[in-house]
Amino acid sequence: MDVLVCIKRVPLSGGKFTITGDGLDIESAKLGFTISPHEEVAVEEAVRIVEQHGGSVTVLTLGPADAEEQIREQMAIGADRGILIETNGAEWDPQATASAIADAINEDESDFDLVIMGNESADASGYQVGIRVAHKLGRPIVTGVKGITVAADRATFERPVKAGRELYEVPLPAVVTVLDGLNIPRYPSVPGRIRAKKKPIERRSPERPEPKLEKTRLEVPQTEAKQAQVLGNGPEAAAAVVEIFKQIGVI
Amino acid sequence: MVLVLVDHDHGVLDELSLQAVTYGRELAAATGEQLDALVVGADGSGVAGALGEHGVATVHVAAHDGLTDYAPVAAARAASEVAARTGASVVLAAGTPRGNEVMAHLGAITDLPVAADCVSVAPGSPTQVVRARWGGSLIEEANLHGSPALVTLVPHTVAAEPGGSGAGDLAQFTPELADGDLLVIARPAAAEEKAGVSLADAKVIVSGGRGVGSAEGFAPLEELAELLGGTIGCSRVVTGNGWRPHTEQVGQTGTKVAPDLYIACGISGATQHIAGCRNAKTMIVINTDPEAAIMGYADYAVIGDVSKVLPAIIEEAKKAKAG
Ligand SMILES: Cc1cc2nc3c(=O)[nH]c(=O)nc-3n(C[C@H](O)[C@H](O)[C@H](O)COP(=O)(O)OP(=O)(O)OC[C@H]3O[C@@H](n4cnc5c(N)ncnc54)[C@H](O)[C@@H]3O)c2cc1C
Ligand SMILES: Nc1ncnc2c1ncn2[C@@H]1O[C@H](COP(=O)(O)O)[C@@H](O)[C@H]1O
Repeated sequence: MDVLVCIKRVPLSGGKFTITGDGLDIESAKLGFTISPHEEVAVEEAVRIVEQHGGSVTVLTLGPADAEEQIREQMAIGADRGILIETNGAEWDPQATASAIADAINEDESDFDLVIMGNESADASGYQVGIRVAHKLGRPIVTGVKGITVAADRATFERPVKAGRELYEVPLPAVVTVLDGLNIPRYPSVPGRIRAKKKPIERRSPERPEPKLEKTRLEVPQTEAKQAQVLGNGPEAAAAVVEIFKQIGVI
Repeated sequence: MVLVLVDHDHGVLDELSLQAVTYGRELAAATGEQLDALVVGADGSGVAGALGEHGVATVHVAAHDGLTDYAPVAAARAASEVAARTGASVVLAAGTPRGNEVMAHLGAITDLPVAADCVSVAPGSPTQVVRARWGGSLIEEANLHGSPALVTLVPHTVAAEPGGSGAGDLAQFTPELADGDLLVIARPAAAEEKAGVSLADAKVIVSGGRGVGSAEGFAPLEELAELLGGTIGCSRVVTGNGWRPHTEQVGQTGTKVAPDLYIACGISGATQHIAGCRNAKTMIVINTDPEAAIMGYADYAVIGDVSKVLPAIIEEAKKAKAG
């Protein structure tokens, strides 16, 4: 079973975002980078599937040369090889991203029985790259999945809905987009990190098409900047807290 | 023409779709166009009356033998057929899992761009949209090139309100489906017993983060939640450590909540956590660090160790209840 997982490098900020002078990006000079939790569980699931059924895990990303960092991190938890579709750092819109990913899949030596993506990317949250890739490959896709069972040539996917859950059974090869909570990703081991350094990464650099969903400006929403009123320090504050409970009528 | 894709569950109308209809009606009025809706599945015709009251002129009902359960590609295929036949300028859906999914399939089928999670749409060429990123922590302005403009709306962008002329026409048709359009179709699993209030609807949430320290550390949070008739929430560090199930995670990749009271215990207030709880009416924080980012989102704070502060609050709350 050969599994491909698509991940996206995004800046990680605990505090509020700052926007660059041109209004188009997050100021990331002082930030670390990560991938979405949806994609972390995607890689973990791929590694588990291959541990059970044999095969290989490939991680693919479209992003700047530095996105090698995100590929290596996922290699440290068990991915075997990487594909880096290198950009000059400018964002690609969902259609362009999906085309480049589908081309890379079509041209790869492996047929990839299963392609796993996040349900939505952390930053752009377009909810569509997976679906567009599936259409380009002519493969079935199930989205928003929190449970995967694969057999030889079929997979069953479980999707949480308000009333409970839905089941989808599809033939392989297929595409699936997954949600955080699908599993608990493992932490990379030290030997895993060492092995990751030597695993192969294949690079491609296609031209960026003109965006059809064209970002013109980013903004931090104007939420009222609150500052919490301190009710007290330690256990002595308990009576003041319960006073608030009474005021808002929860007790 | 503005076309709204209306979701229903075997004839039960999706509330958030009505919000999209309300927004669509405003768009149609602004551009002097007609407002139509598409419902998929013959049992969807039952919602036509309600849609008429919300100003829909023609309710298109896609009826097909294979279309009894939710089938996203078939729904998008039906939408592309109606959009082409009616010459729609905008196709709109609710920014729900299904709304976003069907719209993305429609984008793939028509090779048109899609703007998901919009808070504002100004039709034109290009259409200008304002949309949420990072779970609402950032706002993006964007140009959407191509027609029709395919967009989904962030839930609660507008309230659903009746309006318009009353009963609409019903136009039932059999969509022309391609091979494989029904390959992906939902099979409902047996309904599960769900205990207690669901996190999304809870009025009081006692939420814990790394500062709670362990799975056992949640005992006092449970006790306080019980006293206040609330439920437990948590941060991703907590689910990542396996202390609590992911169904309790609040945030960008967890559940979005809007309780009357959110008590954040040992949570730092990362934007991705705030993305899930910024709509809480009142937020109380318990944290050892007076500089924690969460202070900038909260109404009240207690500076201190959760494991010491919570038992004191529980004791006071019991006294207050006893009266
Ligand atoms: C794309 C993306 C999506 C994400 N989605 C989510 C999401 O849905 N939900 C989510 O929560 N996170 C999410 N995260 C993770 C998020 O960025 C933070 O890492 C996480 O929210 C931090 O959890 P925390 O506040 O529990 O831990 P920390 O940030 O480590 O904070 C712990 C806090 O506890 C306080 N503390 C420590 N000891 C005590 C004590 N004894 N008593 C009182 N206070 C104490 C500390 O002062 C600190 O403020 C996401 C990240 C990314 C990149
Ligand atoms: N630049 C990218 N590189 C690799 N995968 C991506 C990229 N952008 C999006 N994806 C994949 O597509 C999913 C959905 O993205 P989106 O449509 O932007 O919400 C993500 O979770 C990733 O799995």
